[in-house]
Amino acid sequence: MKKEFVRIGCGAGFSGDRLEPAVILAKEGNLDYLVLECLAERTISLAQKRKKKDPNLGYDPLLERRIESLLPILVQKNIRLISNMGAANPLAGGKKILEIAQKLGIDITVAVVHGDDVFELLSGDESTLESGKPIKDYGNLLSANAYLGIDAILPALQTNATIILTGRVADPSLFLAPLVHEFGWDPQDSNLMGQGTVIGHLMECAGQITGGYFADPVTKPVPDMDKLGHPIAEVGINGTAKITKVDGTGGIITRQTAKEQLLYEVLDPHGYFTPDVVADFSKVSIIESGENEISVSGGAGQKAPETLKVSVGYEAGFLGEGEISYAGAHAKERAMLAGEIIEKRIKSQFDEFRVDYIGMSSLHGLSLSQSSNPYEVRLRVAGKTQDQNKASLVGEEVEALYTNGPAGGGGARKNTTELVGVVSILMDRKKIKPLLTIINSKPGSDEN
Amino acid sequence: MKIKLAEIAHGRAGDKGNTLLLSVIPFEEKYFSAIENQITAKKVKEFLAHQLKGEVKRFSLPELHAFQFICEESLGTGVTTSIAMDAHGKSLSYALLEMEIEIDSSGKSL
Repeated sequence: MKKEFVRIGCGAGFSGDRLEPAVILAKEGNLDYLVLECLAERTISLAQKRKKKDPNLGYDPLLERRIESLLPILVQKNIRLISNMGAANPLAGGKKILEIAQKLGIDITVAVVHGDDVFELLSGDESTLESGKPIKDYGNLLSANAYLGIDAILPALQTNATIILTGRVADPSLFLAPLVHEFGWDPQDSNLMGQGTVIGHLMECAGQITGGYFADPVTKPVPDMDKLGHPIAEVGINGTAKITKVDGTGGIITRQTAKEQLLYEVLDPHGYFTPDVVADFSKVSIIESGENEISVSGGAGQKAPETLKVSVGYEAGFLGEGEISYAGAHAKERAMLAGEIIEKRIKSQFDEFRVDYIGMSSLHGLSLSQSSNPYEVRLRVAGKTQDQNKASLVGEEVEALYTNGPAGGGGARKNTTELVGVVSILMDRKKIKPLLTIINSKPGSDEN
Repeated sequence: MKIKLAEIAHGRAGDKGNTLLLSVIPFEEKYFSAIENQITAKKVKEFLAHQLKGEVKRFSLPELHAFQFICEESLGTGVTTSIAMDAHGKSLSYALLEMEIEIDSSGKSL
């Protein structure tokens, strides 16, 4: 018999998200499914680099910590976990989960969804959505991962797997897939796919709908931020969703928090492209149906696109940074003198170079803070170059302002980062074959 | 009276490559038309000219009582390769809310 309601919690909205809210959701959320969304555009390219160094790595760096804490609760409460923590190496991630299960004395099955890695299919001539230029113009390519949709996840849900581990899939698909599976929704029903995608989009950033990234103590106060709870969607068979959180956790769920999240990262509210649907968010109805409870309906859609988006990672050189602070009389003038000195000393050696004054103009430029005269100012210098040693020069020169720059500088810090750029291309979805591998902790496990 | 947009609206910034997305959501529905009349794509582009280098487009969403601004070529060279402090442009939601708006005591556009 089909369920009347499905309860899905979202315990992580990015790779570095907090663990505690996920544990509370699993223990007290009365969930059918727990989703952990841990994969941003660049995260997977960085994971590909880890995999290149060690073929047993390339899954989410926090996978072990998360699974160790959550697995016993998942098994006890009969909750299925869906997560893209497989990142660049879902198969290795799946094996790691089995290792952890064995250590904990738990027998489980893991369904690994892969096939998103399409690096071998690249010719180099594919033109990017960003510039129209071919990807080969961007230099040394590192990775190419297609956004898979529910068609890749559904076969995994049809197994008895407790954990469904994926690589790159579209974030809302992590939520839409269990709804289609449980309710038997027709993937050709674009309005249902659109409504399910609205639910997924509202949920995928976890705390961003419960008051996280929303709170402003003056205009938008949120209670108990230190105990911010993550959201639960209770979805009915017609697609209407109630979004709530566990009682006693911090945060709020209101029309305001939901609207901010609904529009977050949306290029066109009338046409939000995923592998499953082109969703229309513009007529979504959000009703406050209780305390910290909203009812969401009205998502719609048009049929799924023929192409899938592919994120292509490339080596983008090195970023060198240095910072130093000035305070008290003439802090601004001394910081600006320091900036001028550094520019004269090294700017010409860099492809891109900028000087920022933190406390004045580092975020929104000078025009919005022209009249301000802060008590303290932090100089920040950044330069981009293909040469790692040259990138380090930025921090070294800022540090050398101690004895070669204006009076009273303090707290110098330096940092050099390898940059991984990401551009997008579209690929005919017929070329991309989603794969499923079932592994379990008993000897002689099947692989297909 | 002339007030800051931050007093009557909230919003969130998002990013896609080198495109910056800014939502503006009035705290009360009565402010929708004043924002629609005065916070146009052209005005936003002028106000944040140092940051917004490409085309700025606005979606008015009357059912949601919200607006979405799509700002192309506005994140340096794009989120992943920008050398800016805030490469994602996440703090720019509050830059937009620095804009001024004229309303009368009932919240209508003057």
